[in-house]
Amino acid sequence: MTALTRSFLRKLSRSRGQVADGDVDGAAAAPADPLPDRAAVEIAPNDPLLAYFQDANEAVDVDGLELDSPALRELKAAGVRLAVPLVSQGELIGVLSLGPRLSEQDYSSDDRKLLDSLAGQAAPALRVGQLVREQQAEAATRQRYEQELEIARLIQQNFLPKELPDLDGWRIGAFYRPAREVGGDFYDVIPLPDGRVGFVVGDVTDKGVPAALVMSATRTILRASATRLVEPGQVLEAVNEHLCPDMPEKMFVTCLYGVLDPATGLLRFANAGHDVPYVKTAGGVLELRARGMPLGLLAGMAYEEKEMVLAPGDSALLHSDGIVEAHTPARDMYGFPRLKETVGRRPQDEDLIAFVLADLEAFTGPDAEQEDDITMLTLERIAPAGAAAEGGDDHQIGLLTEFELPSEAGNERLAIAGVERAVASLALSTARLERLKTAVGEATMNAIEHGNENVAERPVHVRVLHSDGRLRVQVADMGETRELPERETPDIEAKLAGLQKPRGWGLFLIDSMVDETRVTSDARGHTLELILHLEGEPDDAE
Amino acid sequence: MTPSELQVRVRDRGGTAVVDLHGEINRSGDERLAQAYRDATRNGARTVVLNFEHTEYINSTGIALIVGLLAQARAQKVQISACGLSEHYREIFEITRLADFITIADSEDGAVGGADGSNDD
Repeated sequence: MTALTRSFLRKLSRSRGQVADGDVDGAAAAPADPLPDRAAVEIAPNDPLLAYFQDANEAVDVDGLELDSPALRELKAAGVRLAVPLVSQGELIGVLSLGPRLSEQDYSSDDRKLLDSLAGQAAPALRVGQLVREQQAEAATRQRYEQELEIARLIQQNFLPKELPDLDGWRIGAFYRPAREVGGDFYDVIPLPDGRVGFVVGDVTDKGVPAALVMSATRTILRASATRLVEPGQVLEAVNEHLCPDMPEKMFVTCLYGVLDPATGLLRFANAGHDVPYVKTAGGVLELRARGMPLGLLAGMAYEEKEMVLAPGDSALLHSDGIVEAHTPARDMYGFPRLKETVGRRPQDEDLIAFVLADLEAFTGPDAEQEDDITMLTLERIAPAGAAAEGGDDHQIGLLTEFELPSEAGNERLAIAGVERAVASLALSTARLERLKTAVGEATMNAIEHGNENVAERPVHVRVLHSDGRLRVQVADMGETRELPERETPDIEAKLAGLQKPRGWGLFLIDSMVDETRVTSDARGHTLELILHLEGEPDDAE
Repeated sequence: MTPSELQVRVRDRGGTAVVDLHGEINRSGDERLAQAYRDATRNGARTVVLNFEHTEYINSTGIALIVGLLAQARAQKVQISACGLSEHYREIFEITRLADFITIADSEDGAVGGADGSNDD
């Protein structure tokens, strides 16, 4: 075979049927000339030569072949005389190309037989070699990928808090479970000066190592900013400024940051485009909404700051989209409404995180692969053991409940129900409770209709406080500069005579139902405070 | 919470019309209450008894409806009575002085039986 000049092998990529540059050495090595070493010829998938070789079954005389084929022209130009197709299982996997014999004689029929038999044995061997290489390459890719995931997981877990704070009167819980393809979820708990605690839940777009690295940078900047600035809006603003210049394209971070004062239950928060947390209160489940763009997209963003007081018995769930975006096998999505409903439905003595996970599993089915990271952070203010515990006036702020309602007709019934639950521990007489309920209903209706002008998005804010022998229910609207309706004492005779409109009983009823009322106004709106004097809980005798 | 809208039924009890008020009395019950009054007085009843036994909730807009109905009734010389009021709403009828113009009875029978005279307590 040394008489053979040179061989070129073309490796065909199996998957696309294209001819790739041969990287497999020829079966025979020979002296350098006359064919140049680099004469690798591509056979395009639509080239008729490809089909010809595939069906040839024997060595082909290149010179004698007439086909409208660019590859054939190239072979001829390269001085190839004889082409021996290498076919394995009906598929062309390479071609043995031979130049002129060194003796310059034509290839004999013996030469051809030898070459055909060589091709018959070389082709399967070559195919096996190709397969082994492909598998090795795939295995290497897979291993690299697994290693990368492991690195991402390590970065991620290394940056999650090792322990949660032990706060008097609070139960703090956290849960993090990465998807197989690690996402960019994170959470953090940051001790702040004067006993306050910062809570973070965030999600970096993208997955794997890039997301993990951005997450670790975000967390580091957030920690540094949190202790320096404290106010959640300012903190997110600062983090955004730091992240923006170096953020990889198409990546950003959604993040909710809240600062809790465990002593009073006051939670101030800001939100950079993250999923809205839910708070279960006596008056229903509230959404902690605050406006703000995700971090790392645009410099110079401001972040709205909101606050609420978590009353004893209230529980807040901060979460990532891995829950609400989970699917059933039929591709139904879990969704926000179901999560909100689950938070509201959870019995007080059951663990919030376990309850949500159980509901999620019931929804997706037990064998579903988790699509995205799942992260939860829970803040629960422990309710006093018995109703009596609430009775004593102590140094506590005495907040029994606080909630917001959309300004929609009929929602005063929700306010009534919320306040009724909140004051259950005070054991008011039926008559006083009924009067309070009517007053709360009327005050809420006023706020809905007059203050907020029935705009659902302007919520009515209700707070119930108990301290110093006073029960105070504060009903606040967002009427800003709107003037309060004029108080006209309703006169039934004038009304029956058509001299006054039949309406106009609201404020009159409120005044008649409680011991004291007080109206305050600020830039946001008006607050009507209903006050009951509780000392001695007098009988209902007029 | 789904507000339970006002459901009204009108019954005749020997020339006295009884209007059963189920659910909530608020502004949304305006048309239904007006229709009930028309139905109740169509056949010349001189007394209409409002039965609040199954009323869950009355707010100030509901009070306004009752005032409007009362004004209409007075113009037509129709007597309005009430029964089935809870202690709380009885108190509200007193505070608003509706009780000065509506005869409040403890029971439906009392309201119907005393239709010709005062049967206060």
